[in-house]
Amino acid sequence: MVPEHVVWIPAVHRDLTAGQAQVHVVAATVGEIVAALEGRFPGLAARLTHDNALRAGIVVAVNGEVSSRGLRQRLSRASEVHFVPAIAGGQIGSGQR
Amino acid sequence: MTASTYKVIGSRPLRPDGVDKVTGRALYGADVKLPGMLHGKVLRSPHAHARILSIDFSAARALPGVRAVVTAQDLPSIGDQMADLGESTVNLRYVSNNILAHDKVLYYGHAVAAVAADNVHVAEEALALIKVEYERLPHVLDGKQAMLPEAPILLSDLRTNELGKLGGAPTNVASHLCHQRGDLAAGFAQADVVVERTFQTAMVHQGYIEPQTVTALWNEDDQLSIWCSTQGAFSVQEQLAELLQVPLSRITVTPTEIGGGFGGKINVYLDPVAALLSRKAGHRPVKMTMTRAEVLAGTGPTSGSHIRVKMGARRDGTLTAAEAELIYEAGAYPGSPVGAGCSVIFGPYRLENLQIDGYDVVVNRPKTAAYRAPGGTNAIFASETVIDELAEAVGLDPVEFRLRNAVREGDSRPDGPEYRRIGLMETLEAARTHPHYQTRLTGKHRGRGFAVSAWFNWGGKSSATATVNKDGTVNLIEGSTDIGGSRASIAMQLAETLGVAYDDIRPQVVGTAGVGYNDVTGGSRTTFGTGWAVYEVGKALLAEMGRRAADYWDVPAESVHAENGVFAHNGDRLTFRELAGKLDVPVTASAAVHPQGYGPGFGAHIVDVEVDVETGKVTILRYTAVQDVGKAIHPSYVEGQLQGGVAQGVGWALNEEYIYDAQGRLVNASLLDYRMPTALDLPMIDTVLVEVPNPGHPYGVRGVGEVPIMPPAAAVANAIYQAVGVRMAELPMSPARMAAALAAQG
Repeated sequence: MVPEHVVWIPAVHRDLTAGQAQVHVVAATVGEIVAALEGRFPGLAARLTHDNALRAGIVVAVNGEVSSRGLRQRLSRASEVHFVPAIAGGQIGSGQR
Repeated sequence: MTASTYKVIGSRPLRPDGVDKVTGRALYGADVKLPGMLHGKVLRSPHAHARILSIDFSAARALPGVRAVVTAQDLPSIGDQMADLGESTVNLRYVSNNILAHDKVLYYGHAVAAVAADNVHVAEEALALIKVEYERLPHVLDGKQAMLPEAPILLSDLRTNELGKLGGAPTNVASHLCHQRGDLAAGFAQADVVVERTFQTAMVHQGYIEPQTVTALWNEDDQLSIWCSTQGAFSVQEQLAELLQVPLSRITVTPTEIGGGFGGKINVYLDPVAALLSRKAGHRPVKMTMTRAEVLAGTGPTSGSHIRVKMGARRDGTLTAAEAELIYEAGAYPGSPVGAGCSVIFGPYRLENLQIDGYDVVVNRPKTAAYRAPGGTNAIFASETVIDELAEAVGLDPVEFRLRNAVREGDSRPDGPEYRRIGLMETLEAARTHPHYQTRLTGKHRGRGFAVSAWFNWGGKSSATATVNKDGTVNLIEGSTDIGGSRASIAMQLAETLGVAYDDIRPQVVGTAGVGYNDVTGGSRTTFGTGWAVYEVGKALLAEMGRRAADYWDVPAESVHAENGVFAHNGDRLTFRELAGKLDVPVTASAAVHPQGYGPGFGAHIVDVEVDVETGKVTILRYTAVQDVGKAIHPSYVEGQLQGGVAQGVGWALNEEYIYDAQGRLVNASLLDYRMPTALDLPMIDTVLVEVPNPGHPYGVRGVGEVPIMPPAAAVANAIYQAVGVRMAELPMSPARMAAALAAQG
């Protein structure tokens, strides 16, 4: 059975969700979450992804742990999902695409 | 495995590289010498912001002894392309522009051209012969001013990026981040006390002792060899491949010993220039070493910042809401550490209602680079000063106030995700019961300050290889630059896994040709991540050695058991060393990992100061740093990390700052005028290691290097307030600023 997750919408993108901060999404991967978000909030996928990957400077945290697999991260159990700035050891991305 | 069963971990053996370093035999970048080697120097911009109209280097090229001159024209054209440097992601087009200015110079010290000559003196003479025609442009040095509509625009194509949402107009604001949860207005409405303050911090440099240095040889067969001082050989290899458009496989990077980095030796500056010069000079090796002035003016310091913090609390000390706005100066190109600042500014506290806005702003200063807990010291200075004021306002002891609001497992970080097992409560309790905190401070104009910090740490990718020698020793090949004693801490983890003595492990740090990929030594990751890699190597070696023992005894492999370095079967036993001597086929093992279970760390600092009210000089009387360090693999080196962090943090607090004149020229580019703390400025720094093992690592390791640089500025500011009643809101709290603040107090 595909689990349901709590997905937090980044504050700067809540203009697309009428201010909604979190939504519940049934998905097997982070990629499926983004697709589901796009269905409900058109334009969100283009902000979070580029060329079928999370944009440079954005990472996904699943249950408090940043995933190196990005959109390919599998979600085998109900999870809390955050899209957050990629800061690794410190600096944020220094460009855009 | 419980802590009490460790044989090696927790002990304090000598570092393998110690004798070579204290006797001067260790080879640093400046020691590299190759036959036929040339020397390169860089011409730098005298202007803060100017268009380059022309560069005429004909006279320089004609000077006897000059072998090559390069400008940005020699660099391949790079489009927008992001590269992950471990501690940051960068747009390579901007990196290329930073290495040699293309159409504009964007800061004083920006590299414009470079010369390779028979010796340094000829190279310097040639620089003076290069004629650059500039059209000077208005400049802006301050982040807040750069955000104003009338501010000069540095990068005409820059648009504000809000986590993927791009703005439409030219701007100096490269990005805007926002973390928000709960109801801010309702939170402040619940507060009995609200404190709102604005803060400013100066741009500061990492202050590593060894300047950037590189030797490059671009061979006739298009193989590029680099010897350099770097925090990550593989990162240099990747940057060069992209910047020079050379296949990765043709580049070999060999790291030398490193004289400090603190984040500043990740980005390349000289390396691509030396490579271009080598190729253009007929494939001769070219060595380039920066002067101290070049290091300060031309490499990446960390951001100056403007920070506004507003926090509310109930009378019982419970925080109800927090709001912050952070404006960080990125330097000439995007990429300040404001993201990390936003993540840690309220990191130690439980907060249901918060909003944090961060702005990454380009200004006419050197492009910032990572610096130990990038962005954290600025942020913690602001938030911990406000926390201190709130504690006073509600009449609570500063430690007690923090204990009532401290995050625990399951609480949310400011950027959303939940904390796992963390040790902030234990750290605060250890600080409260420490003799330093329990001893009353007496004396005129003396005060005690307290501050805490949070840092998320990082895992990164690591690889390692080990080979068993006939005598039972083990050669360990690793690719993590050893800055703070990691040869020892990594070797100890392998020894622990194998059940052998630490002295039986022979670690070597090698370059890109000698080991699998390793991310940079940075982000407090090496003892965690590379430690995990050698743990896996150790398990693989044990398994193979077990199979060899089974073969020797001619019994099934699963019937052989290994424990504490002894292989046993039915009463037969062979030590690791004995078995190694019986190997007819060598045993080797490699492992590569990308672990994610890095646990955040927390620090709590206590400082006593004395203020000279005549001169404004602040003297540190006593300092204690308490930190949740996970399991301390080598406690002496963990203590050293805490002490080093405090020393740098005190530099931020009291003296260090970039000073520019009205034309935007850096005027204190020397260590005489850029004042870093010395041993004379600091007392013995006491440390307390609170060991709350990280469940995300086989030996409980947490990163420790970054946490301790963050609290000192706030702790010192809070101590100054206790000493003389002045709340300082600007770093550094230099004698001049202190004297002015005291005079304003009246």
